[in-house]
Amino acid sequence: MTVPISKTAPKMALSVRDLSVTFRTTDGPVSAVDRVSFEVDAGEVLAVVGESGCGKSVTAMALAGLLPGSATVTGSVRLGERELVGASEQALRKVRGSEVAYVFQEPMTSLNPVFTVGRQIAEVLRVHRGMGKRQAQARAVELLGLVGIPEPARRLREYPHQFSGGMRQRVMIAMALACDPAVLVADEPTTALDVTVQAAVLDLLRDLGKRLGTAIVLITHDLGVVADIADRVLVMYAGRVVETAGTQELFDAPRHHYAIGLMGAVPTAARRSEEGRLREIPGLVPVLAEQPAACTFADRCPAADDKCRTAEPPLLPAARPGSAGTHRAACWHPADEEAR
Amino acid sequence: MRTYLLNRLWQSALTLLLASIVVFLGVRALPGDPALAFAGEERDPESLAAIRARFGFDQPLLVQFWKFLTAALSGDLGDSTRTGIPVTSMIGSALPVTIQLSVFALLVAVLVGGATGVLAAVRRGRPAEWFANAVALIGLSVPNFWLGLIAIIYLAVGFGWFPASGFVPFTVDPVANLHHLVLPALVLGSGLAAVVMRQTRSAMLESLGADYIRTARAKGLSPRAVVGSHALRNSLVVVVTIVGLQLGALISGAVVTERIFALPGFGKMTVDAVFQRDYPVIQGVVLVTASAYVLINFLVDLAYSLIDPRIRVTGAAS
Ligand SMILES: Nc1ncnc2c1ncn2[C@@H]1O[C@H](COP(=O)(O)OP(=O)(O)O)[C@@H](O)[C@H]1O
Ligand SMILES: [Mg+2]
Repeated sequence: MTVPISKTAPKMALSVRDLSVTFRTTDGPVSAVDRVSFEVDAGEVLAVVGESGCGKSVTAMALAGLLPGSATVTGSVRLGERELVGASEQALRKVRGSEVAYVFQEPMTSLNPVFTVGRQIAEVLRVHRGMGKRQAQARAVELLGLVGIPEPARRLREYPHQFSGGMRQRVMIAMALACDPAVLVADEPTTALDVTVQAAVLDLLRDLGKRLGTAIVLITHDLGVVADIADRVLVMYAGRVVETAGTQELFDAPRHHYAIGLMGAVPTAARRSEEGRLREIPGLVPVLAEQPAACTFADRCPAADDKCRTAEPPLLPAARPGSAGTHRAACWHPADEEAR
Repeated sequence: MRTYLLNRLWQSALTLLLASIVVFLGVRALPGDPALAFAGEERDPESLAAIRARFGFDQPLLVQFWKFLTAALSGDLGDSTRTGIPVTSMIGSALPVTIQLSVFALLVAVLVGGATGVLAAVRRGRPAEWFANAVALIGLSVPNFWLGLIAIIYLAVGFGWFPASGFVPFTVDPVANLHHLVLPALVLGSGLAAVVMRQTRSAMLESLGADYIRTARAKGLSPRAVVGSHALRNSLVVVVTIVGLQLGALISGAVVTERIFALPGFGKMTVDAVFQRDYPVIQGVVLVTASAYVLINFLVDLAYSLIDPRIRVTGAAS
């Protein structure tokens, strides 16, 4: 159950336990995240996958308390020794951008159009590191160089609209890494980019994560991205974790029928360049007012029976005999090899 | 940048020429005779003819216009047909009053309107927003003259806090000068403040919902930095545009306000000149006002490119 702690075990950077999020809306409550648990080690890349609307972004934003006031967050998010759920806004501000940093999907709009990229990077350093203007600028040049932007000293004085999408995302990454955070949350960082640029940005993320020992939580709906850079995978459906495993394990033997559905839709290298995104599984992700005592995927599942509709499947070890044993799935009728 | 400036200069000259033609023909289309106004009691045909000859009204329109234009280019706008005083010196004493009034009113509008607009956006759906909206509605719907009268009745006559009318040049007594301008500036600025408030509010709401605001919050910036720096800077373009568009309303509002508070400004001079059919003064006033418009628009465009790097003046020229 617990991760054994030894001298050689990598340091756990972030530990999330039973994280749940409910929104109050004018149409009543929306349960967006339900008892999600995971942890990420320093230098590790954990991918969170699932279709759009599965609660990936809400989970990401909940980590550093960035959800709007209409959200009720319960459970626990531990960053080292500190508990972030319920922490004061002031304490959270110190964490955001310095210990837990974010990279978002839309590089076109995520940078402020009226400030130079240099100013936007320096801002983080000035707020969290108390650096002066000069020092922050100098460090910003270093950071731009680190993320592979040519002529960093010159480009520092330019505005976001003068950068291409890929370069802008590099700027976002430089900004996120400015204070050497323990955790980097990247929410669909390459979704809006050209396929040709995606791989380069992913490589950069993975490379920097390993080099700086940053734990990366990579959110994506694209299993192709997962295969490229993730060490471990968390599959989310309708706010719940339905399967979690090492990347290789999951690709070799997915157990949950939702994961299998996603796999069936995995674009192969050739398919990927023409389609760029997942093929759809029939049906839609439900928006739930409250979490039912049932498998939320039952309505779309080929293997569902009465049990699936009346009892919630627990997330149980699902490893094949002889494998590492971190594989877990929440399914009453997990698929075996033949079923694939 | 150079081609832009040249383009701009040539467009401005054309605008001013058109404005002078329109006003030149316009005043002459008005019923009434300036010579009669100048003549006063002596209305015998000879003296009227002498007056017309003195101001050149007996010459063909084209010749009159040509003379007006060439003289204007050398800085001479002719003499008032009512008082005989050079129009340029009349403008020279009236214009500073109006400029001072307009600038103060603009400050009132931008400071009050901007602050309440930001407040209404940040405190969305809370009492502060209702309050700001109510103030804006009043500011928009109450006419200047009524507000002016109320201000005079209560603040000037009733409480005696401010003078009810008149003007003291800044160079003579700065404190008295400012004291005399407080009420007029508040009255003139109120309408524009309401417009600025509403535009600032909607621009801020849009900015605050933008992705870069999410980024700013995720960077750990304080709400003050998020709102006051990241969101506000993006809303300024809208505010500057509105101010630029509303300056016309501000100048016509100045005419009314100057009359209410008996300020010896441009507005009063214009109204007097129109009633007296004082052609040279009307022409001069319109020419100066048109120049002011041209200049202000240019400044607004420059301000754009300072605020938002995506707008480049060189790009606008081509
Ligand atoms: N501010 C909000 N108010 C109400 N519902 C929300 C809010 N944000 C997200 N949701 C809901 O939460 C669910 C999960 O959303 P999200 O985490 O954005 O999905 P994704 O996995 O695509 O990132 C969706 O049903 C969405 O409608
Ligand atoms: Mg999302």
